Amino acid sequence: MNSIIEMFSYSFMMKAFIVGILISLCASLIGVSLVLRKNSMIGDGLSHVGFGAFAIATIFGFAPLEFAIPIVIIASFFILKLNDSGRIHGDARIALISASSLAIGTFAISVTKGVNTDINNYLFGSILSINDGDLFLSIILSIVVILLYVVSYNKIFAITFDEKFAKSIGINTNFYNIIFSSLCSIIVVLGMRLMGSFLISSLIVFPTLSSMQVFKRFKSVVISSIFIGVISFIVGLIVSYNFEAPTGATIVITNLIVFIVFKIIQILRVRRK
Amino acid sequence: MTLIELKNLSLGYDNIPILEDINMTIEENDFICIVGPNGSGKSTLIKGILGLIKPIKGEVIYHNLKQNFIGYMPQETKIDSNFPASVFEIVLSGTLNRLGLKSFYSKKEKQIALDYLEILKIDKLKDKKFQDLSGGQRQKVLLARSLCATSKLLILDEPSNNLDSKSKKELYKIIMNLNKNYNIAIIMITHDLDHDNLIGNKILSLRENEIFLGTTEEFIKKVHHE
Repeated sequence: MNSIIEMFSYSFMMKAFIVGILISLCASLIGVSLVLRKNSMIGDGLSHVGFGAFAIATIFGFAPLEFAIPIVIIASFFILKLNDSGRIHGDARIALISASSLAIGTFAISVTKGVNTDINNYLFGSILSINDGDLFLSIILSIVVILLYVVSYNKIFAITFDEKFAKSIGINTNFYNIIFSSLCSIIVVLGMRLMGSFLISSLIVFPTLSSMQVFKRFKSVVISSIFIGVISFIVGLIVSYNFEAPTGATIVITNLIVFIVFKIIQILRVRRK
Repeated sequence: MTLIELKNLSLGYDNIPILEDINMTIEENDFICIVGPNGSGKSTLIKGILGLIKPIKGEVIYHNLKQNFIGYMPQETKIDSNFPASVFEIVLSGTLNRLGLKSFYSKKEKQIALDYLEILKIDKLKDKKFQDLSGGQRQKVLLARSLCATSKLLILDEPSNNLDSKSKKELYKIIMNLNKNYNIAIIMITHDLDHDNLIGNKILSLRENEIFLGTTEEFIKKVHHE
């Protein structure tokens, strides 16, 4: 208990705590639709684009967030093929874009050298890198995501379940696809600083996957995903502080344990039937 | 009363037409079966009617019917059978076109959903999970959802796909009942030309370079001739 009190006496920890909770919450919410629409890999792809963008920004001295967010949003439009005319399949597009971004980022860094601590932070995350700008942006982001979800909940359900039907009854599915990929991009870019480029996508995917093992209704999956995401983050952060372990990795391991527990519950349930 | 008029309609993808120069009307109480081999443009045509794709040429004119008030039932196989949702969540989503700018369902929409659950005799499934249903039950749930979206025209994409013959007969009986007793026009894509499947009064047969539109009797005579 003392260590927890001590932990929050550091202002950077407090910032990481708040930003992390908000990002986990948003990632879990957006994740439900992404996972159910079989777009789980998009977060992974976008985080690599984010890495490339951060690398370029660091080298040229651009403001990292302001540079990375629009770049990642544009990449997300390519990945989610906002029109049906794409000739390369979705998963291939992700592979193409994410490998290229990683390569460009790595190339740019090695050619210019120096600045390596920042790059390491982007790859594996660092709670020390969270600043007031991140805090401000994640508060705005959470308000937008929560409002969007509350106001458009029923439409989001319809689009997630069956996009064609939703479109046929007049729901502007393109608009929602654009909003979703933009929000997903912002979550990835913001979350990367905390979780690292390699691990941020787990915040989007894990809570929904765990929840789906036990909950079988859309509303219960949405609500439980939020709790799973936020609680896993809090537990992971506290554990990582006490063991001096990397935060991102500890949070993902926490999520993995939750998933395994939920999976076991599901297996036991099916057996009992 | 005419519901929809297709005028010199050409449909396709990337400006390459699959169907060209279609002229036809869909009347109140029509029951049209669309037949034709794979790739003949059956699905393309219904996408055009629903406004999911833009015409390359010509137009779709909606009379006495709003474009977003057509009840569309996609192929069951296109829907993730493990999707976490209750039957009521799914059926209720069919009423979204009635909400306009509102965000939430009111009693009125819930009542519509309940009514169609009852008409299709699946009211007992209301709180069941979608993934626990049989294929036939799932089809009925999707049918109830599309009914919530319309009172005039249903478009069904191979509704009997993957159903055993008993469930298929049952589903067809329901669809014929909707057409006769609830005055709902029906367009149904069907895969095989087995006479049992041609339950409508009109047939639209799509084959390369040859489009036939006529009554079911005329179509059967023509097939026998060939």
